[in-house]
Amino acid sequence: MIEPLLIPVDSYLIPSLPTVWFGVVLFTVAMYVALDGFDFGIGMLYALREDDHERETMLAAFGPVWDANEVWLVAFGTTLLAAFPVVYSRLLSDHYLVAIGIVLALLFRGLGPELREQREDAQWQRACSGLFVVGSLLSPLFIGMLVGSWVFAAGTLSLPSILTGVGLIALSVTNGAAFLAAKTSGELRAAMRSYGIGATLAYLGGVVVLLAVVVATDAGGAAETILSIPGVAVVGLSVAVALGGIAAARTENDRLWFASTLALSGLLVALVALLLYPTVYPPGGLTIDDAVVSPLALNLTTVLGLPVLLVVLWYFKFLYGVFSGPIEPEGDGYGG
Amino acid sequence: MFANVFDTLLFLSPEFGSRVQFGWTITVHILFASLSIGLAPFIVYFTYKDVKTGAERFAHLRNFWVKVFAAGFVMGTVTGIPMSFQFGTNFPVFSEFAGEMIGGPLAFEAKMAFFLEAVFLGVLLFGRERVSDRTYVLSSVLVGVGAWLSGFWILVVNSWMQTPQGFEMITRNGQEIAKLTDPVAAFLNPRLPWMYFHMINASVISVALLVGGVSAYLVWKNRDSEAWKSALKIAVLILLVTAPLQALHGDAYARHVQDSQPQKFASMEAHYESGAADLHLIAIPTDISSFTDPRAENLFTVSLPGFASFLVEGDMDASIQGLNEYEENPPVALVFWSFRFMVGLGFLFIGLALWGGYLTWKDRLAESTLFLRAMIAASPFGFAALLTGWYVTEIGRQPWVIQDYLRTGEAVSQSLTSAEVTTTLAIFVVVYVALVLTALYVLKWLINDELDRMGVQRSSRGRWRGPIPWVSDDD
Ligand code: HDD
Ligand code: HEM
Ligand code: HEM
Repeated sequence: MIEPLLIPVDSYLIPSLPTVWFGVVLFTVAMYVALDGFDFGIGMLYALREDDHERETMLAAFGPVWDANEVWLVAFGTTLLAAFPVVYSRLLSDHYLVAIGIVLALLFRGLGPELREQREDAQWQRACSGLFVVGSLLSPLFIGMLVGSWVFAAGTLSLPSILTGVGLIALSVTNGAAFLAAKTSGELRAAMRSYGIGATLAYLGGVVVLLAVVVATDAGGAAETILSIPGVAVVGLSVAVALGGIAAARTENDRLWFASTLALSGLLVALVALLLYPTVYPPGGLTIDDAVVSPLALNLTTVLGLPVLLVVLWYFKFLYGVFSGPIEPEGDGYGG
Repeated sequence: MFANVFDTLLFLSPEFGSRVQFGWTITVHILFASLSIGLAPFIVYFTYKDVKTGAERFAHLRNFWVKVFAAGFVMGTVTGIPMSFQFGTNFPVFSEFAGEMIGGPLAFEAKMAFFLEAVFLGVLLFGRERVSDRTYVLSSVLVGVGAWLSGFWILVVNSWMQTPQGFEMITRNGQEIAKLTDPVAAFLNPRLPWMYFHMINASVISVALLVGGVSAYLVWKNRDSEAWKSALKIAVLILLVTAPLQALHGDAYARHVQDSQPQKFASMEAHYESGAADLHLIAIPTDISSFTDPRAENLFTVSLPGFASFLVEGDMDASIQGLNEYEENPPVALVFWSFRFMVGLGFLFIGLALWGGYLTWKDRLAESTLFLRAMIAASPFGFAALLTGWYVTEIGRQPWVIQDYLRTGEAVSQSLTSAEVTTTLAIFVVVYVALVLTALYVLKWLINDELDRMGVQRSSRGRWRGPIPWVSDDD
């Protein structure tokens, strides 16, 4: 047998490697919720603004980054498949319709702006904007429903799952409003602050209701985790960060506000991690050790995959650096 | 009882529905994926020339084709995500069985290729004013590298399914699975180099035909356009190299298929009785039944006796195992006719390339209206050959999804219902038909804009008659 990269075959590089990959999977989710979250938010807020110039500005903010953001979903799916194939196949086949719903919603969201740009015709543009808005609304709803049924071992149409979806919508609007506030000026910026504050409050309310329902019904045995010290800490921290975000928005410190929404997304995923660990698939009672691939496969994914992930983070920074600062909708492409 | 009858009448079985859905969605995805792979080198070349020389015609070509690339890329990504989801939604047994083997390559594809392509396409499309010339050209190169790497990693997966190795069978959680034992053998399996070369070259051919066809149309409408004359010339020169190469390579590839998947090879030749096999250059069905059920002995063929045996074994009398020796065969007709369609088109492209090469040599490329018309007519057929080649590959390996290890029927989800799969298939058919039509319209609009920009009166020159979707006949 060949051992190409001097990778051990029968033992993990470090004993806790499976847990590390549990962490990497959740990291990709967090990146996705934070980054594509603000794209969804832009899509929903777009529906609330009628003015053409404002709409062009919003699309210009969205244009250069959305596709790269969306790849975090693919990174999540494929990382899950590479590390915990059973979870990947069970998660998607157990929730068939909502999974297909996600891909269709993402399809409309992606096509809308690209097609809108192709014709001057007003009716055409209205139809394409419609696709964009509907896709941006349904994507976080369906993704939240999928995550809710995963974490709480509940049906797709159960109350906890739907509440998770609604919560994700509110969080996405928060992220989108903060991102746009940081990149625009004048009336649009002021409007974004007020939408954003409303969405943050809605998100907090949603999370409280969701946790109350989950504790009351003890869905997936989650009550104990939520009432434990780490559980209470994460929830408390979320409330603090959300209120801090509102304060930043009020004092017109939009960059700080946007940073706080990123933290809020990270905290949501941290809560998911707490609820899951040490299982990875509650509906089947599968733990990390049950579901993880064999040592050689995981070691290889670590040695080849993790360094690349760091490079990806580096050029993401480059991308956001190139497109930092206020938006000029006069440029090429969307909004042009 | 009634419910059952109702079900079987209205709904497809989960297995059949999943197969059709997967086949249909990847058919659309691969169109856009190969567009990106094939167009990438053109984009790099035009961008480099534009930045380096500042010549108007390159800026012109770059602008046009970058728009096509951008639209195709968006369609490639939105159709790609359903592909990776379907591994889990429709073929969970396959994903669990092969997770260790395919998960790594798919994850590398996302991390090494998709991120690269998406991030730097953002810079290429929106960043002209924001980055230096060098970074700008470099971005176009990285977009291309991303596209070619995507193709590489996904073909690692597919080629492993054709010639699986580098694993052992174990039981985990009560399920038989393939455990990775030798990543080098698994990833660099015998099929990979064949498949990667043939696929990349096919994408370049398809796009060269598209670029050539669009250029020919625009030259035909405006014979003074320097930009489009040079694009036509570039396309012809690329075809002159790639088209013959594809046929030579395909011939050697067929021998490899005979070695590694004899049943598929026999289907490609409709070879039922073991024994010496002829090579059928032309096969014409003598009646309807030999069209739907081709059998070498029932067809009217122009053949070289024993030549298939000779190609494969170097011996006219070498025996080739016939389809009668297998319990279950793929749908032979589809494989047989798809293969002929691809090879036939391959030779047509060689002819077209030689013709264009001759005209270039005589410096009459833009003058021969007949040649321009032939290029326009040929423009969709590279993609047609590419799709039928994939049908040969994928349908020809049935009933296996992983050759000799996992049957397609066993790979399908147990919890999937007929109603679910029929509903989602219907949605995918409607949405993707709309998607493809929209893509064709976008190309047509771009071409019409280009005519306007060149100041061509739409009705001033020849009229195009014929069903080439991106060419207007309404002038
Ligand atoms: C522009 C497209 C195109 C053209 C002109 C050709 N091919 Fe092809 N062919 C493909 C595009 C393609 C493809 C779609 O890209 C396939 C599918 C899988 C693969 O690796 O390449 C393929 C597969 C494929 C296979 C393998 C099937 C398998 O894996 O089971 C063989 C034996 C050939 N081709 C042979 C030929 C020959 C003898 C050609 C002579 C002209 C030819 N191809 C032209
Ligand atoms: C790029 C072009 C491809 C085309 C046009 C294509 C086409 C098809 C078609 C037509 C089928 C249905 C076959 C049948 O049921 O008779 C199919 C099945 C399938 N293909 Fe491919 N395929 C391509 C690439 C791939 C790749 C890259 C993979 C894996 C990574 C793959 C994996 C599968 C699987 C899992 C099935 C379902 C099982 C089956 O029906 O065989 N295909 N494909
Ligand atoms: C079953 C097989 C396949 C799966 C699961 C799959 C998956 C995907 C996914 C998830 C994306 C979106 C990435 C993003 O968001 O940016 C994508 C895009 C892409 N895929 Fe596929 N794919 C398959 C087959 C193929 C094949 C056969 C090729 C070519 C050889 C290919 C080449 C590409 C390329 C170049 C892109 C980038 C988008 C574009 O440039 O159009 N894919 N694929």
